[in-house]
Amino acid sequence: MDVMPKWADVILIPLISILLAAMLSAMVILAIGENPWDALVLMVQGSLGSTYGWGYTLYYATNFIFTGLAVAIAFHARMFNIGGEGQALLGGLGVALVCLYIPWPHWTLALVGAAVGAALFGAAWAAIPAFLQAKRGSHIVITTIMFNFIAAALLNYMLIGTLKVQGSMEPASARFPEATHLPSFQDMFSFGETALFRGAPANVTFFVAIAACIGLWALIWRTRLGYEIRSFGHSESAAKYAGISPTKIIMVSMLISGALAGMMAINNVQGEAERLVLNAVEGAGFIGIAVALMGRSHPFGVFLAALLFGFLYQGGAELALWTSIPRELIIVIQALVILFTGALDNMVRMPLERLFLAMRRA
Amino acid sequence: MDFATLLQMLDATVRLATPLLLACLAGLFSERAGIFDIGLEGKMLAAAFLSAAIAAVSGSVWLGLFAGIGASIALSIIHGLASITFRGNQLISGVAINFLAAGLTVVIAQSWFAQGGRTPQLSGGARFNPITLPFAEALRDVPVIGPIYFQLISGHTPLVYLAILMVPITWWILYRTRFGLRLRAVGENPAAVDTAGVSVIGLRYAAVAICGVLCGIAGAYLATALQAGFVKDMSAGRGYIALAALIFAKWRPWYALYACLLFGFLQALSLRPDVITRALNFQVNGQLLDVLPYILTVVILAGFVGKAIPPRAGGEPYVKER
Repeated sequence: MDVMPKWADVILIPLISILLAAMLSAMVILAIGENPWDALVLMVQGSLGSTYGWGYTLYYATNFIFTGLAVAIAFHARMFNIGGEGQALLGGLGVALVCLYIPWPHWTLALVGAAVGAALFGAAWAAIPAFLQAKRGSHIVITTIMFNFIAAALLNYMLIGTLKVQGSMEPASARFPEATHLPSFQDMFSFGETALFRGAPANVTFFVAIAACIGLWALIWRTRLGYEIRSFGHSESAAKYAGISPTKIIMVSMLISGALAGMMAINNVQGEAERLVLNAVEGAGFIGIAVALMGRSHPFGVFLAALLFGFLYQGGAELALWTSIPRELIIVIQALVILFTGALDNMVRMPLERLFLAMRRA
Repeated sequence: MDFATLLQMLDATVRLATPLLLACLAGLFSERAGIFDIGLEGKMLAAAFLSAAIAAVSGSVWLGLFAGIGASIALSIIHGLASITFRGNQLISGVAINFLAAGLTVVIAQSWFAQGGRTPQLSGGARFNPITLPFAEALRDVPVIGPIYFQLISGHTPLVYLAILMVPITWWILYRTRFGLRLRAVGENPAAVDTAGVSVIGLRYAAVAICGVLCGIAGAYLATALQAGFVKDMSAGRGYIALAALIFAKWRPWYALYACLLFGFLQALSLRPDVITRALNFQVNGQLLDVLPYILTVVILAGFVGKAIPPRAGGEPYVKER
């Protein structure tokens, strides 16, 4: 059945897809009158050329690892969770409530508490669409899209009303107390005179994200539940025949997905902003789709793809700063990656399969 | 609420419902043929940008309209390629198209006009202007009917009338023509259509193309009639509201009109919070009005108010048996 060796499926196809996306992006840059090579050099220097740049790249990558894992676990159960954006917004609300209303003695405890709060709120926001899918057959894509908008409105309402600081005009919550502040890379890796990662937002959450990658890998490939999720994703009827409850799998995989998306908030809300602001997620929930597609829904692939998008994000910010290329170019690249690795996958795959067939015959 | 305010509100409802209606009918054609389209938003946005840009450069709104339709069709072709020819995931393709439009419009607008991602303000012949229907001035002073005719029915841009006309046309095409029958069949059971010797691929491409044209008109309406020029992200979730309206209408044209008018009315209300406060004597939260379409759609989807059943073959690529 498998025409291609596994390495071609896992490495070659994503690589060709990203090359196609890069070529088209280069053409866009050419079309607006800039030099693509100079742009690439600037992006590499700005995001990887200093510990400051790395600090931003890894900060963005942390966000994308969480949202990418969230989309990936849903993909394994053959569901498309577009609601990462809303779930991450709600996760932010969870983090804010935990940090503001519980007096934490130390940041380690606060981190655990905030992670639990974020995961619970994110999971709760995914639970309703999951339940409707499992019990009423409503399409999860449509309901999660609707829930993104409802989440945005809910957060606006909370930040303009309940959570806003008395007397302040800004729609943001109060600053979190000192004890909940997470150590940044600057605090962790600067020794003596040399300050590394100065002012960059990367923080200890990066290691939580790596732990989440490993944990999810173990869950998917080393536990009974993971096996059930994968078999449900491969064939719903076969899974049912084997005694796997579709309701349970839909609910559990979406709850994990929502919890992971929500946990992004410990990076951007607790780690970086240290308070809850409007539109804190900034589209990271959607980038999770591109990351999961490129990473082939494998936690290690998600990790690599998240690093790539972290680089693109920080590099794009540098481009916007130094050239006339607007930041929105990153959205174009993101769209092309989703298009080539997701929707037009067969366009890359079919000719490659033919090539491998021809080579086998030869 | 007095009569004059009511008329104002209804007038605003019609203007705000028009882009929703066009996009909703666009989605109806596509989804009835079995191609899910969550890229309505992106197609509208691309059309809004190119129509405003061409109208600004050429001074002719009609050229702008055609350019807008062209942009929308180009994205439709990508969607068709991905979901029909290469049998990819239609939902993922739609997401990609939305992002492509959101990014490209700003990048191109910035390098073309250098005004922070917007087009120049349109005026005169570069915009669709209201047309006054015959006798509107003469009948203006007739009680009740006069103001209704003058303010609510007359005095809209041509695209508004086109949108409303599209409802019976869509109904007629879908339920009274051979093409419409085949289109609906291809969304329910493509294998049967194929057996009858009709091209599934051809029909689906036709449906996606019609969807592109209608989304193009919707986008052009946004930038050249409702507002005077393109601004970043100006579709502002309307494509998703249209999608919600489509589900609310259970994929039927006349119900689509009612759903879009309802959602248009909600949008009009959220623009005028003072009206609600006066009419109901208490403040209604603006955010609640904004999300009401989405909440209503979730309720409908949950099947509590009649079940919304999508076309049976929706979202699945058709693979011919060998």
